[in-house]
Amino acid sequence: MFRDLFSAEKWEEAWDIIQSQFGTAVWETVYVTLASTAFAILIGLPLGVLLVVGDKKGIRPLPVWIMSVLNVIINILRSVPFLILMILVFPLTRAIIGTTVGTTASIVPLTIAAFPFVARLVETSLREVDPNTIEMAQSMGSSTLQIVWKVMIPESIPSLISNATIALTTILGYTAMSGIIGGGGLGKIAINYGYYRYKYLIMLVAVILLVILVQIFQSVGTFLARRTDKRLRR
Amino acid sequence: MIELQNLTKIFHTAEGEVEALKKVSITIPDGEIYGIIGMSGAGKSTLVRCINLLERPDEGTVKVDGQDLAQLSERELRKMRRNITMIFQGFNLLMQRNCLRNVCYPLELAGVKRAEARKKAMELLELVGLQDKALAYPAQLSGGQKQRVAIARALATNPKVLLCDEATSALDPTTTNSILELIRDINSRFGITVIIITHQMSVVENVCRKVAILDRGEVVEHGDVGEIFAHPKSQAARKLVYPDGNENALVVNAESETLIRVVFNGADAAGKPIIARMALDAGITANIAYASTKTIHGKAYGSMILGIAGGEDQKNRAIDYLRETPDIIVEEVSDYVS
Repeated sequence: MFRDLFSAEKWEEAWDIIQSQFGTAVWETVYVTLASTAFAILIGLPLGVLLVVGDKKGIRPLPVWIMSVLNVIINILRSVPFLILMILVFPLTRAIIGTTVGTTASIVPLTIAAFPFVARLVETSLREVDPNTIEMAQSMGSSTLQIVWKVMIPESIPSLISNATIALTTILGYTAMSGIIGGGGLGKIAINYGYYRYKYLIMLVAVILLVILVQIFQSVGTFLARRTDKRLRR
Repeated sequence: MIELQNLTKIFHTAEGEVEALKKVSITIPDGEIYGIIGMSGAGKSTLVRCINLLERPDEGTVKVDGQDLAQLSERELRKMRRNITMIFQGFNLLMQRNCLRNVCYPLELAGVKRAEARKKAMELLELVGLQDKALAYPAQLSGGQKQRVAIARALATNPKVLLCDEATSALDPTTTNSILELIRDINSRFGITVIIITHQMSVVENVCRKVAILDRGEVVEHGDVGEIFAHPKSQAARKLVYPDGNENALVVNAESETLIRVVFNGADAAGKPIIARMALDAGITANIAYASTKTIHGKAYGSMILGIAGGEDQKNRAIDYLRETPDIIVEEVSDYVS
């Protein structure tokens, strides 16, 4: 299958496609990834906070049944395979975007797939905050909201950034899958050329670009997490 | 004034019910430095958390200036907590905020304007001697410095009461003394009531005027520190006063010597070897049977048991002689068991 992979004419053909399509594809991938991550955080962050705060040992325990329902919903959403989830949320995608095909349309299923994941990541980050610090905040007369805003979130910023990076790279992987049902980006190119038309060189280039994107996201995330962590002596 | 009446707190654990506090009643007058001492597991931390209702007692009332805290709404209670602030064993600073912003935290809660809060925070850092560390992060500070920042933070809202929960237990002896000195200074300067929870008798000796001894959830003894230190009645108090051994197990010549206990409660000890001087001035020789004393900032704290030879007469002369020195309590040891 990989015979003649690097022959001169394959190179030439690939180069044409790279020049004409890859710019847009990279942009689409980055745009979908960032937008989906942003929406997933928008929903997942408050949900994660709720999971910690409303816990029976949290600072404002909620009725046990509410917490159970939340946990079950999150677990269900997390266990549905992404490909199937994409198809399941077609009606919702159509209602919000107007179509189920295209780059922007893929943001909906990506967000739905990612927010429960993000909620769990936020939950782990916030649980790392020293309970003694929270007790201190209570002893000073902080309200629940003040504890969340001024203590729990700021104290776990480095961990939140690290976890946001994990979410970002995971979502980037999902965007490639969304190419199968009409999402845009590098995934679409890899599937269309590599899988349907046996142009493996194109697929290889698309994959390499995905790897580079992951590297960039991860490096920036790690840098920011370290940069913001004031616990490290410098 | 803080009045704790019949506080009872029961924890329900997997192993069953644990009675952390049993009908604890303590009254703490304004401006006092009050020690609550006990071994670990005695219920000290639970007790101190009842004073600001971080723990709600199952029974009993907590009154601060006549106000029953249990009657307050959530909002009122939060406001009340600005008047009763707390410092902790683990300092509990916000690690992602610099010192200045840590001190600003309670002011933010109180809705103080940013510029004003910073000015006040700076003044407080100056008070605790850390103005040059304002922009440093807690991770860059030593334990003693962290506790100073925590003290500055606790003072930000001009509280009436400062609760210290094992505040010096994580510090070395020298740092402990400097923190205690700071607490004493704050108490005398601002008249803040200080409640010190500790398992170290030395801490109580050092700064407290009154003490309550907590043992297995009960107050077994309370009163003046000197008094308790001089004749600890309860088993728990004896253990705390004589941590490195039971004074009753001392080897003394009980037949030919009468025993007296000398308690140094901040006596001016600098350059005054009083036992030696007693021998020279009054011709009374003393056999030091037990001594646990230390000198802090030129003041002596601790106690000694002296065996005085020569019968009743000599003993009374020794007592009279020693009593002339201020801040020394002298008494006969009548409860001695050999």
